[in-house]
Amino acid sequence: MLEIRNLKKTFGDHEVLKGVDVRVEKGDVIAILGPSGSGKTTLLRCMNFLERADSGTMIFDNEEIDLAKITSGQIRQIRKKTGFVFQNYCLFNNKTALQNVTEGLIIGRKMKKEEACRIGKKALDKVGLSDKYDFYPHQLSGGQQQRVGIARAIATDPEVIFFDEPTSALDPELIGEVLGVMKDLAKDGVTMVVVTHEMDFAREVGTQIIFMEQGTVTEENTPEEFFRAPKNERTRQFLRRILEKSAREAAE
Amino acid sequence: MSARVIEIMIESFWKILLPGLIYTIPLAVVSFAIGLVIALFTAIAQVSKTPVLGQISRLYVWIFRGTPLLVQLYIIFYGLPGAGIMIDPIPAAIIALSLNVGSYASESVRAAILSIPTGQMEAGYCAGLTYWQTMYRIILPQAFRVAFPTLGNSFINLIKETSLTANITVMEMFRATQKIVANTYEPLALYCEVAFIYLIFCTVLSRFQSFGEKKLSAKMVVK
Repeated sequence: MLEIRNLKKTFGDHEVLKGVDVRVEKGDVIAILGPSGSGKTTLLRCMNFLERADSGTMIFDNEEIDLAKITSGQIRQIRKKTGFVFQNYCLFNNKTALQNVTEGLIIGRKMKKEEACRIGKKALDKVGLSDKYDFYPHQLSGGQQQRVGIARAIATDPEVIFFDEPTSALDPELIGEVLGVMKDLAKDGVTMVVVTHEMDFAREVGTQIIFMEQGTVTEENTPEEFFRAPKNERTRQFLRRILEKSAREAAE
Repeated sequence: MSARVIEIMIESFWKILLPGLIYTIPLAVVSFAIGLVIALFTAIAQVSKTPVLGQISRLYVWIFRGTPLLVQLYIIFYGLPGAGIMIDPIPAAIIALSLNVGSYASESVRAAILSIPTGQMEAGYCAGLTYWQTMYRIILPQAFRVAFPTLGNSFINLIKETSLTANITVMEMFRATQKIVANTYEPLALYCEVAFIYLIFCTVLSRFQSFGEKKLSAKMVVK
């Protein structure tokens, strides 16, 4: 459904992505893992054109696009078929929860207001916020804001939703409610690409793990294989560090 | 203070206040409205990096913030006739005041737009909105709230600066006072009187300003 080939991106003289390939099929939940600075967030942002790749190819719905030559019209068309959930929620601060969800329907997709409100309310119900339609972002907790962010992404019924570290800005006790919503989406068969540090989520929900290191994909594997017997030495080190850390935290 | 001075002050009060109501306030309101429109366009031209228009906007702000209002008034009213352009005092005053306040307001609006996190624009893109849709529906409403206090200050300043248009024969409050002084020879009492009326105007306005600020911040708080 969505394929990226040989994507390259440079900031100044620092090559952040050195030719990355990603393949997403319908119903996949792809978890992108890796140490910070490995380029995983940049990769995700390039896939939705929040950063412009220097070169590479995207194949979306059987249409092949040269990322170096893509037009803003093509970008808008692709964005209308995708959703994006931000690390720091990025809700529209001047809009209520419901308006946040309906904005893209009414303005971006020229939908009738009543229809958009119906869909918007359904999306908010889905993430468990049926009592918060008219709340402004500042009146909601971080976890609730992020759930509005997810409702905003699912309301447009996208073919794939990109998640950029959706729980990293949350207090630990609020992470669960957001991951819970994401697990529900996975059960419903929503296609997701998730940059995350939540190993348990990746293991339980992921259909595929992509491990990145210094701008390249160093391991691509099923969750079972990835966590049980990683192929790559660096992956093993990374996992050991992460697991030790969570064991330490659990002990505390 | 002699009875005569008090009598002059009482007699003059209405003669000063009336030009204030029919010239000073309308001049300030009209010029500010035009200035705001100029500010909005020049600020957006700069932040959206529109070629040519962006540079013109920068040049405009540079010139009108960098030269005194009094000199601008003189150039437009006394200078332009030399180039064959005759403008009546009130239109000349409105042109100079709008361009002047517009240049300051432009910087306030520009800074306010830049203060809105880039994530708001990105979220707009991801929701399928265009740059201009996001600018108009998401960024500007938030920027307006940020810019409101400084814009309020610009307006209060403008009320006082209308007194400079006395120099180009606009019959506003200050020039009306000057005329009464010329007849009565009581500069201290009368100039204090007009100062007092300016003070009242500005006090009322700053009350409105803080009321508006409270209304706006109650509606949405950005963390």
